[in-house]
Amino acid sequence: MSAPVSVILDSWNYLVVIFLMMGGLFIVISQNNLVKKLVGLAIFQTSVFLFYISVGKMAGGTAPILVAEGEAAYSNPLPHVLILTAIVVGVATTALGLALVLRINAAFGSIEDDEVLAMKAADGEPRSRRGEDHAEEPQ
Amino acid sequence: MTLAQVIANLPALVVAIPLLLAPVAALLPVAGLAWVLAVLGTGGALFCAVMLMGATTGGKSFSYFLGSWPPPWGIEFVVDPVSAFTVLVMAALAFVVTLFARTALLAEIAEADAGKAYSAWLLACGGLSGLVMTGDAFNLFVFLEISALSSVILIALGAGTDRRALIAGYNYLIIGAVGATFYVIGVGFIYAVTGSLNMADLAERIPQVPQTTVVMIGFGFMMAGLLVKAAVFPVHVWLPAAYSFAPSAVSALLAAIATKASLYIIARVMFGMFAGVPDLAGFAAEFILVPLALAGIFLGTILAIYEKDIKKLLAFSSVAQIGYIALGFGLASTAGLAAGFIHIGNHALIKGGLFLAVGGYAVALGSRVNLGGMVGLGRRMPITTTAFLICGLSLIGLPLTAGFISKLYLVRALLEAEMIAVLLLVMASSALSVVYLWKIVEVLWQRDEHELVITEQPALYLPLWIIAIANIWFGVAPAPLVDGAQRAAMYLTGGM
Repeated sequence: MSAPVSVILDSWNYLVVIFLMMGGLFIVISQNNLVKKLVGLAIFQTSVFLFYISVGKMAGGTAPILVAEGEAAYSNPLPHVLILTAIVVGVATTALGLALVLRINAAFGSIEDDEVLAMKAADGEPRSRRGEDHAEEPQ
Repeated sequence: MTLAQVIANLPALVVAIPLLLAPVAALLPVAGLAWVLAVLGTGGALFCAVMLMGATTGGKSFSYFLGSWPPPWGIEFVVDPVSAFTVLVMAALAFVVTLFARTALLAEIAEADAGKAYSAWLLACGGLSGLVMTGDAFNLFVFLEISALSSVILIALGAGTDRRALIAGYNYLIIGAVGATFYVIGVGFIYAVTGSLNMADLAERIPQVPQTTVVMIGFGFMMAGLLVKAAVFPVHVWLPAAYSFAPSAVSALLAAIATKASLYIIARVMFGMFAGVPDLAGFAAEFILVPLALAGIFLGTILAIYEKDIKKLLAFSSVAQIGYIALGFGLASTAGLAAGFIHIGNHALIKGGLFLAVGGYAVALGSRVNLGGMVGLGRRMPITTTAFLICGLSLIGLPLTAGFISKLYLVRALLEAEMIAVLLLVMASSALSVVYLWKIVEVLWQRDEHELVITEQPALYLPLWIIAIANIWFGVAPAPLVDGAQRAAMYLTGGM
């Protein structure tokens, strides 16, 4: 087997992780739609979950249970448990993000980043006195 | 229960009290009751923090094993001079700001939301204390996210007065989540080569690892994530919007304690966890932290000079002040670290006080405070304005204020490190900060042509003045703060 092929076969899990990680991060940065940004964030986080899980898994390893006789190769359970925690955190992040997008949609009438930012900038026009507030609410 | 038993459980209580009260607060329909719970939670945490500080005098340290699992298997809460100092600063500020929140928060959010707001408030306080106490690298990530998610909720609550708060909250959520995930990637790399997550255990194992590249990459990812959380330039972009659109009380809370916890973690990771590889930590300090800190100091100060919205101005100034702390840490010497920790305490006092005063203005005016709206407030709100002025002078670093002590020790540390060029830059930036402060002071005492109706809330005076007096107190008699910070620095550089 030639060298590049064996590199790919030996570390394909890492290649998948890197692909998902970069893809997710790129979506977060490049997408204009606020929901799509959250999707990218979820992909980015999932790639890290896969990274932990694949590092902890041992080929041919069993569950970490004491066996009666001899020695058994077993997979490290700790990364999997850690990722269980991280998944919960990820779900909470996504849920909060989506809730915020709902509120942004209600307040601005749009979930496109550029449109929302344009309205946000318009809100920031100098208004020196109270009473002039909300005089010209840009729609 | 004997006193020793109580002390042994304090490390968990300082985190658990606010966290356990949070869901109760969410269920309370009456805003006043929820506030009482918030005061109890932060007050209880403050009491624990004071006791912990007392228990660590003389450089003593002890640990609390969660669920009685000994490290490196279980999660450990570490009480040493560093964490006790930081948690005391944070708990004290959180308590005072909570006192302020009773009137200020209700002025800016719907009363029906108050219970949930105080719930998020307590979660943020508990999460940030946990961040400081934990001795486990992965547990740190969990607390990072608890505090970040609750901060996002608090920031987004500003939507009651300004819908832009929603975007500020959303952006903080995305940037913060990416930062925290970077940190987790770093922890994954380190775990893959060491098989441990306990920080003290890692400090011993990391130097023995033959795969130095993996350690370097892990360190890089962790630092990148933490720099985002600490809002060090150039990853500070979430901070100005978040601080300026959040409700005033929330701005004060976050400005006083949120980034401080992350800065503490940076010190802990660089000089605790990676103490065994001084080349790596030293390189990161000298060639990454110091230049970024200097850039942040200048950018923050200059942006503050041109900003008209007062809360945003203070937020830009926070970016600069975070730069001073990072600069102290970047010197990687005992004196530098001490300067950093002193400024963690003093900046919490200064910025906490300034945001409280601005909160007082916002409540009185009933609107966002910008430079034009502050005309003549010095005459009509003298009590608030005097406190604002004291904290402002402290920000510049005038003698007899807490800010002067920070600058003094930072300058000393820079002299010791013989970084004269950096020293001159720090002096220049201090001079620049006079410009933006003077801009405000000038407006405050201008004569106002059209008098506005001002409804001042005397309830806001007490917390504001506690902080203002503390600013003078720690300028005249800085010994307690300086001693605590120096013990912390010595413990980090020598003891671990």
